[in-house]
Amino acid sequence: MIWNENKECMSRDERRELQSSRLRKLVDYVYHNTPFYRNKMQAMNLLPSDIKDIDDIVKLPFTTKQDLRDTYPYGMFAAPIRDIVRLHASTGTTGKPTVVGYTRQDLAVWQEAIARVITAAGGARQDIISVGYGYGLFTGGLGFHYGVEHMGATVIPTSTGNSEKHVRLLRDFGITGLAVTPSYALYLSEVMDKMGIDPASLQLRFANLGGEPWSPQMRKDIEQKLHLKAYNCYGLSEIVGPGVAYECEEQNGSHFNEDHFYPEILCPDTLQPVPAGDTGELVITTLTKTGMPLLRYRTKDITSLDYAPCPCGRTNVRLNAILGRSDDMLIIRGINVYPSQVESVILDMPEFEPHYLLIVDRVGILDSLEVQVEVRSEYYSDELSTILALKKKLSDRLKSVLSIKAAVKLVEPNSIERTAGKSKRVIDKRELK
Amino acid sequence: MTNLKIQQISIFLENIEGRINDVTATLAKNQINMLAFSMAETAEFAILRLIVDDVEGARKALADAGFAVTLSEVLCIQCANHAGTLAKIIAYLSENKVYIKYMYAFSQGELANVVIKPSDRSRCIELLQKMDCSFLNLQK
Repeated sequence: MIWNENKECMSRDERRELQSSRLRKLVDYVYHNTPFYRNKMQAMNLLPSDIKDIDDIVKLPFTTKQDLRDTYPYGMFAAPIRDIVRLHASTGTTGKPTVVGYTRQDLAVWQEAIARVITAAGGARQDIISVGYGYGLFTGGLGFHYGVEHMGATVIPTSTGNSEKHVRLLRDFGITGLAVTPSYALYLSEVMDKMGIDPASLQLRFANLGGEPWSPQMRKDIEQKLHLKAYNCYGLSEIVGPGVAYECEEQNGSHFNEDHFYPEILCPDTLQPVPAGDTGELVITTLTKTGMPLLRYRTKDITSLDYAPCPCGRTNVRLNAILGRSDDMLIIRGINVYPSQVESVILDMPEFEPHYLLIVDRVGILDSLEVQVEVRSEYYSDELSTILALKKKLSDRLKSVLSIKAAVKLVEPNSIERTAGKSKRVIDKRELK
Repeated sequence: MTNLKIQQISIFLENIEGRINDVTATLAKNQINMLAFSMAETAEFAILRLIVDDVEGARKALADAGFAVTLSEVLCIQCANHAGTLAKIIAYLSENKVYIKYMYAFSQGELANVVIKPSDRSRCIELLQKMDCSFLNLQK
């Protein structure tokens, strides 16, 4: 099913027209309402009238996370506080928190976006959906919550924290849909296992997973363990929260809500557009937001766009898997390493649990990469040689995928942290020195 | 006749200070007595192998405490505690192409007890019985 056929299936020419007219309106709006953008445009000798269609977007200034921090808390707002009806904020663990403000109209756009997400995953009014993202300043919980209500399904605001209770709710309430992070979905399957609850006995049918990059292997694992179909939902707080892009039944790239959020892929170094389909940094412009509209926000996510028609009938461009972030891409001994590469190797090997921790350090002048993994219980052995062989097998595969040698460290069961939020999978000790 | 095969418990342990103590404390709390144990270690992890009186109780207690536990079958030979006895047994096994993956021993007065994990268990039992070896099994 498609939530909004009119917008999700419009011809690409028609959509281009819509994007062009929305961009003109947006630029005029921020020029007159956001001093940050007016100053930037004036410094570039750029007037709103210079923006004639969507292709002119390349003339516009960029926005970075640092800009949001520098203008903390309300400096990026275009609407006056009397028109803002909700605020969300990041936790600020990596610096000053960033704040986003929504007008009533922005919330309506967000709900529409989430309704498309859930419908594309096969969700409908009769579904009962548990939202296991954090409720609070984080956009995940409330964002999904009101989207589910808007589309008419039943929402259960489970939030994070008590996983055993979550599993009981899944069972007792006949929950059919799940909105959580991929790593938390896996964690829930472990909790079910401990509680002796067979996922096959539950009503679960689909999961909208987001908040962190995940791999095809991880999807296979989640679908198998939880007996459901798992769909990606891409989003980030600065743009709106969850609901920027979403997978359909094809599970082959996430359709971008590009009538509201316009995506570009740029070379992270030159900031010039890459040829269509090539990999680069995703940059997003919010075409319709009024509370805190952003021009060309640099997501730091490294990915690509697929313009090929999708068999599902939707015409909006598809976002391919996130390969990593341009800022957490690790450069180890001069080689670019994405944690997702390590993840795909580990998830491909049934001998290991799907959780890992990367520790990057510098010993003398040489960078070192340590990969910590847990052996699955059925693969432990009383023989040293068997365990050492497991370790070597993983180490050899990592070497062939990463082109650098990684030290594999086998750790005891459950010693790698499972989190409800974005899991912390990389510790780079080099920065501390 | 007693069961010739002994259930051995193996625990995967990271080389962390106090980790062996965690194992022994768990067993003590559950009133489980260790009959023999050995440890095979590398720089970062170790495999602790235990023979206990109550295998199922120990397995459950250790698994519940979060340890990675595996069960495997080993043999315990009882032989005279003097020079050359074990050498004779091992030589005989080796001649008959049965190899020892690992072993550990403890002697007690007149007798020595040797736990072995052979490459081929049933063949090993057969050979040892031919030699008139006695086996020990103190498990419940």
